[in-house]
Formats: sequence, C-alpha cells, structure tokens
Amino acid sequence: MDTALEDRFPTCPLSLTINGKPYTLDVHPWTTLLDLLRSDLELTGTKKGCDHGQCGACTVLIEGQRMNACLKLAVTLEGAAITTVEGLGTPEEMHPVQKAFVEHDAFQCGYCTPGQICSTIGLLNEGHASTREDIRELMSGNLCRCGAYTNIADAIEEVLADRASYREAAE
Amino acid sequence: MRYIRPSSLEDAVGLLANASGKAAILAGGSDLLVRMKGGFIEPDVIIDIKAIDALGRIIENDDGFVIGAAVPCAVLGENTALRNAWPGVVEGARLIGSKQVQGRCTIVGNLCNASPAADSVPALVAAGARALVRGPAGSRTIAVETIPVGPGKTSLAPGEIIEAILLDKRQRHSGDAYQRFTPRTEMDIAVVSAAVNLTLNDQGVVEKARVALGAAAPTVLLVEEAADILVGSRVDDGALERLAEACSAACRPIDDKRGTVEFRKKVAGVLAKRVALTAYQRAGQK
Repeated sequence: MDTALEDRFPTCPLSLTINGKPYTLDVHPWTTLLDLLRSDLELTGTKKGCDHGQCGACTVLIEGQRMNACLKLAVTLEGAAITTVEGLGTPEEMHPVQKAFVEHDAFQCGYCTPGQICSTIGLLNEGHASTREDIRELMSGNLCRCGAYTNIADAIEEVLADRASYREAAE
Repeated sequence: MRYIRPSSLEDAVGLLANASGKAAILAGGSDLLVRMKGGFIEPDVIIDIKAIDALGRIIENDDGFVIGAAVPCAVLGENTALRNAWPGVVEGARLIGSKQVQGRCTIVGNLCNASPAADSVPALVAAGARALVRGPAGSRTIAVETIPVGPGKTSLAPGEIIEAILLDKRQRHSGDAYQRFTPRTEMDIAVVSAAVNLTLNDQGVVEKARVALGAAAPTVLLVEEAADILVGSRVDDGALERLAEACSAACRPIDDKRGTVEFRKKVAGVLAKRVALTAYQRAGQK
C-alpha cells in the first residue's frame, strides 16, 4: 500500500494467539477475523459461506467459545486465543470430534464441516446438551446444504456419550 | 476508519459527541458488521464499548434488574434470577440469530437497530422496560417503546448512548411470554410476533396487562386496547377472542416476501392468544 493510502487508512497493531502460535500484526479496523485468517494468514480451513452470520461455516473458537469469524472485527481481539480447525488435530491424530465426524460420515461436500466441528466443541464447552433434541437445537446456527444433519447429530451424540462414560469411569 | 476502545462511559459519550464524521457504536457487532458489509453504513470511527466494565454486567437490586448495554444475549439466558423473573424477555433475546450470534449480540443493539421484527423488543415493551440513556446533556430514563421511531431509526439524540436496560422488580403472580411466527424454526426473522406481560390478583384475575406486537407496523406496537381486554379477566376464551380481534385490528403491516398483510393480521391475533395463555400460566405459578 502506498504512503498516501496508508495515511488515509491507518492500521492498528494487534497481538493474538492462533492455534497456540503468537502473532504480532497490523490490521485495518474493518478487517474481520475471517478475512485475517483466510487472506492474510492463509489459514483457509475456516470457510466463508454467507459472510453475514447466517450459515455458521466460519465458526471458530475464541477462548473456547464458538463465534462467527465473519462478524468479528480482528482489531477487537487484542490478546485473545483463537482456535481454528487447523489447531484441533492432524490426519494421524484427530480430535475426538473430527474422528466421530469421519466415522459417522457427517458430511458430503465438506464445506460446512470445519464450522460444524468448531461449533460442536463450543457446544461441548457450554455443557447444555444432553439429548439429540438439544444437539439439533444448539447446532442450528450451522447450516449444511448437503443435508448431512442426521449423521452430524449421530457424530455429536457419540462424542457426548463417550464423554459421559469417560466421566463415569473417572468418578 | 478508526477504531477506538474507551474504558469509561464518559469517554465513549465524549468520543461519540465530538466525532468528526459518522460514528458507530460496536457492542456485539452482529448488526453493525452486516450493515457495513452491505454498504448501508460507512463509519469514520467505530467506538467499541465492550471494554467499559459497567456495561458488561447484569445487576439485581431492590428496584429490579439493570442489564448493561454490552451484555450478550446468551448471558441473559444463563442468569437464573432474570430467567425466573422475566422469562418472556429472555425468550425473545434467545431467538436472535444463532447460538454463535447470541454469544455476541445484545438487547440494546437489537433495540437500536430499530427493526420492526426485532425479537427482543416486543417482550421488553410488554415488560415495561426502560432505557437508561447517557449523552452530552446528562442522563435520562425513557420507555423502551419510545426509542424506535421507524425502520432503522431511533429517537436518540446525537451523542447519546443507551447505557442499560432497566426491568422492574417482579411483583407476585406475574408472568410474561413471547412468540414469533417463522416458516422455519431457526435462523429466521419474525414474520409477525407477540408478547404479553400480566400481573394477577390473589383470585387469579388479571390486574395489569401489557401487549406488544412485532413486525406488524413500522415500529414494535404497544396495543393498549388489547391490554384493556385482558384486565379484569381470567384469560378465558371470550377474552382471548376479543384480544385476537384487537391485535389484528391494531396491525399496520406490509406485504412482502415473508408474509402478506392479511396473513400478518391473522397470525398476530393467534400469537397474542397463545402468549397470553402462557403468560397467564406463568403468572399463576408465582
């Protein structure tokens, strides 16, 4: 960007952590977290669907809470810890939610999947889901145009059951 | 465009009042960002109010509840005392957007966005909620229904910020409820909506009532003639029929892709009956 433009549109300094890695950046005040991730940092696992907070494809975790990255200005995230799908697991060592999604074939085209997975982890952190109906209600902000909802709910149900039996075994 | 994050309300009011160009307040951002992306607003300065501690709290005191302007709607749902006292208000707040959006969005933002279809506003109007407004000229407290004056327009003066929403201490035998009609159950905007707030006497007769309709006119409507029908009744079938007629008659809706005038008028009455019964049951349990 040339100097004249830089003067007219000053950037703001921003320090934050993404998937455990610290970043020190300069961002424009209008840059969303989604555009920062995808365009500036090339973390393209997080998907842009509607870009208006309606589809949930861009769901990431901010301090463990699920959020639409398209509705979050990056500049508001000073000091925050962000987790995207890239920070959850690897093909060899998947996160339990990723594993359940693969086992239950909880996707077709896969575009909504990173958002579905981050949203599921947010749902688990909130701790309000115990039934399949709860899952359907609490996952309603993540749309799947292929209609894999049945398998998505199956996958999340399994993770919830595993968590419950793990907790019982620990007690 | 500049981004500023003041740590006191005085600073925020000062920045807003003295801003050169267009200033926008950022709380949850779930409306502001959509409006910016759509090109409907191009602010010269964004004032983020989330660093102002007092605005992020819900306080319960002798007068009732003070809900700070930056409290996300999901937090309202987590507050047991608020949920028990004002279930209808919480119901409305928890219908805005998705779970992700509810983690960010605020009832003050919903109110100031001034959409006639705003989900939290009819329940706030029925509840008799007031807004604590801070501006360059000082503080004032005004009824929530006086804030939206048309789609996207509010009665707030330049430089004014809503600091908090005030809800009265709940009287005995009181209950409120909110429902909306949408073609799908989630991620949709109200085609029409209704909220009712009732206080009963010891015999179960309605002593006080407030009825509000959403997406039925350019602003959320407070329907006093509908409330008058409920007062003195036990919300029996006859009162419900007259309530529905009064609500349908009060509607001044538009025809659009989501519903016709005729449909909205009819459904406003149906929803008013349903929420009146729910509010009556809730009031009877307390």
